[in-house]
Amino acid sequence: MKIMKFAAASLLAAVGMTGLAASSSAGEFDGVTVNILTRPGPVIAGPLKERGVAFEKETGAKIVVNEVPFAEIFPKIQNDWTTGTNSIDVGVFAAGWGVELDAAGLLEDMDPYIAKDSKIDMNDIAPYFRDFGQKIGGKTKMLMVDGDFQMVYFRKDVLEKAGLQAPKTWQDYIDVASKIHNQDMNGDGTPDYGSCIFKKRNAQSYFAIQTVAASFVQTQGTAQGFHFDNATMKPIINNEAWKKAFELYKETGKYGPPEELNMDIGDTRALFKAGRCGLLIEWGDPGTLQLDADADKVKGLIYAVSAVGSKEVLDRATGKLVPVTKENAPNSVDGVNYAPFAAFGGWAGAINAKADEKKKAAAYAFLSHMNQAAQSNVDVTIGSTGYNPYRLSQLSSTDLWVKAGMPKELADNYLGAINGALNNPNMASDMKIPGAQQYTGVVLDTELARYLAGEITVDEALKNIEEGWEKITEDFGRDEQIKAQALALGL
Amino acid sequence: MGAAGLGEWIDRHARTFFIAPAVVLILIFAIFPTFYSIVFALSRVKFTGSGLRFRFVWFDNFLAQFSGNEQAHFLGKVNDMGPLGWAFSLLVAGLALWWLYRSWRNGATWVGMTGRVISAAMFVFVGWILGATLLSGNPWGTLLTTLFYVIVGCLVQFVIGTGLAFLCSQPISGKNFFRVLFFIPLMITPLGVGYAFKMVLDITKGPLQPLWDAIGLQGWAWSTDAWAARWFVILGDSWQWIPFVFIVMLAALENVSKDQIEAAEVDGASSIEIFREITWPQIVPVAVTVILIRMIEAFKIVDLPNIMTSGGPGIATESMTLHSYFLWRANDMGSSAAVAYLLLILTVVVCASFFNYVVLGQLRSAK
Repeated sequence: MKIMKFAAASLLAAVGMTGLAASSSAGEFDGVTVNILTRPGPVIAGPLKERGVAFEKETGAKIVVNEVPFAEIFPKIQNDWTTGTNSIDVGVFAAGWGVELDAAGLLEDMDPYIAKDSKIDMNDIAPYFRDFGQKIGGKTKMLMVDGDFQMVYFRKDVLEKAGLQAPKTWQDYIDVASKIHNQDMNGDGTPDYGSCIFKKRNAQSYFAIQTVAASFVQTQGTAQGFHFDNATMKPIINNEAWKKAFELYKETGKYGPPEELNMDIGDTRALFKAGRCGLLIEWGDPGTLQLDADADKVKGLIYAVSAVGSKEVLDRATGKLVPVTKENAPNSVDGVNYAPFAAFGGWAGAINAKADEKKKAAAYAFLSHMNQAAQSNVDVTIGSTGYNPYRLSQLSSTDLWVKAGMPKELADNYLGAINGALNNPNMASDMKIPGAQQYTGVVLDTELARYLAGEITVDEALKNIEEGWEKITEDFGRDEQIKAQALALGL
Repeated sequence: MGAAGLGEWIDRHARTFFIAPAVVLILIFAIFPTFYSIVFALSRVKFTGSGLRFRFVWFDNFLAQFSGNEQAHFLGKVNDMGPLGWAFSLLVAGLALWWLYRSWRNGATWVGMTGRVISAAMFVFVGWILGATLLSGNPWGTLLTTLFYVIVGCLVQFVIGTGLAFLCSQPISGKNFFRVLFFIPLMITPLGVGYAFKMVLDITKGPLQPLWDAIGLQGWAWSTDAWAARWFVILGDSWQWIPFVFIVMLAALENVSKDQIEAAEVDGASSIEIFREITWPQIVPVAVTVILIRMIEAFKIVDLPNIMTSGGPGIATESMTLHSYFLWRANDMGSSAAVAYLLLILTVVVCASFFNYVVLGQLRSAK
């Protein structure tokens, strides 16, 4: 079914190739090879390869997709481009990681290409992704192929049967998970899990902890941020708010699969598609993945909430948690502070500034092709692509989604959740400063893993992260980081 | 120089010409990178648009492994030593001093004493970490995890490999089949072994899942338990490397003099006596050599913990090589090189000590 859907999508794409970016035409890139580096497997890389074949037939440019483990994407690109190896022409990675590469002058400015591109329709890209995801210092340095938020998903049927509501706070999350844990959720006679979160080290666990922490730490809107004191770049992590987030995150493990600490995102996705998870923290993918043929046990049953919040928030002056009020959390709703986390920021393609001009032109044409509504509006409705909506035409109407097989009620919920996150004035941004991958993907990830494994206490973990983050800030230069943070948060 | 003179000159330097290409290749591909990596180990390396920028920091990258939050990663939690840990550390220190004193009294040379002091210092250092971590109830770091893989892994592999070799050296039917069968795992790439074991040992959908259920372990995950994870990594490593021990020890056992064994049997010696008095003394030089080779290889273990557990839970299964690799992957080249050099020092001291005090001793006594 998945293959059929993708084949149909590819056919549509092939038909749509006649409307390729204005800058490209038949045979224009004959003999040009564009090397792309991104994550492995069918997710993200798959559509690049599939559409690359059609693109080659139409324009002559050969698209080669190189796949490396998630944790190696950024260092490999950085290594390749800074050392002058330049074997990679395009990197497809987290929108937030581009800042560090751009600071070294490694990213091609795409604005001149966009100016000549009549098909890309930048105004259709949601402002957050267009201005925060794609731009650095006011210039477009990346093109999105995906838009990302982490949300909480729940099994509607399981919660209804248990007489429970979708969680509003992280304490609710624990309560709901504890009540539905060990219930048989897929009718196979085996007890299933209250919560499923990918907690494997050196993978993507460090995003989920930020999803939990954001609502405890950020109260004054997106520009406040929740990692640093923006004036000094001192970490605001060794405090009661992050401590509570760490403790709650660990507690979810009581209601999760026994091997959760060694589970990557593919493992938890296999579980929820098999109907084994009551709650999960995920990106936009479960909305469409449940439509896959191998997810028949959960089709139409996995609903989303844009964010889970907290009734306590951080008092930054004291480092203590205090009850939510309209004064300390102006965006709170019914005494709950929400801060939906734009985890990862979405997968985006960036072009190596040192590639030769012909390659750059072909690379832009391909990224534009992937980004344009003609292709993107199909890709985001297919779960296996890993692409989530980022264009207004994808977010404003359920038509695309219903056409792709999503029940109307579910489509309303799904888009409602994403729009709720996107339009929340207290939306929490992922890091978009030099060293972002080291701050989170290395230091936060390692100490979190050690805490979850019981090697260190939560206080030790937070102290270690604080020290590690300070070291990175010193390495990059505190003043430079303060400027970068201000730019990233639009201060 | 005439043609004859040139010919003679070439003849005189023929050895140099033959050896030179190999020496140049080694210099380019082995020695130069080794020395160049020292530059990395002594610097903070930044990736810039114009290439790598080195900031010389002397030994900061090394010292960072012994202090601050990296200390717990490399050494373990060593600041909170319990009474048992103190007792053990003092015992190890006492043994080391006694050994040095005895060596000095027995007339060891200055060179010999220098080597012994280095070995003893490493012995005391490892004993102190062991006392401060394992014996004080604290988690240990990548250094002791590496030594655990080396010492326990090699011991398990040697005992089982030698046992299998001994069985296959006996006059049993189908032993050629078993020789081939036991040798197969060695030919598989470690990456493949890692993935195979990860799948086989999956507690929810692996082939052994009914077994886990039958013994009441359905709710238990080995990959989230530090000790179980370490033992399962050793299981995978042993599955791959037992054949190496097996094949070498089998060759040694088949070279044992049959005449002596038959003479002992005629004299009424038991099987155990024959093994202890005739077989073992003849194979012991091979045995200690195979352990040495295996140890050198075991220090470099990286594939299995990376694939099976990604170094987790926490950092429980992270070896020093994996530690260095993770740092390299984060583009922290200086720290990565420093950890690699610390591993080199550990490997050299442990293996040189084993060679000097065990292998050479056994070789001398075998003569």
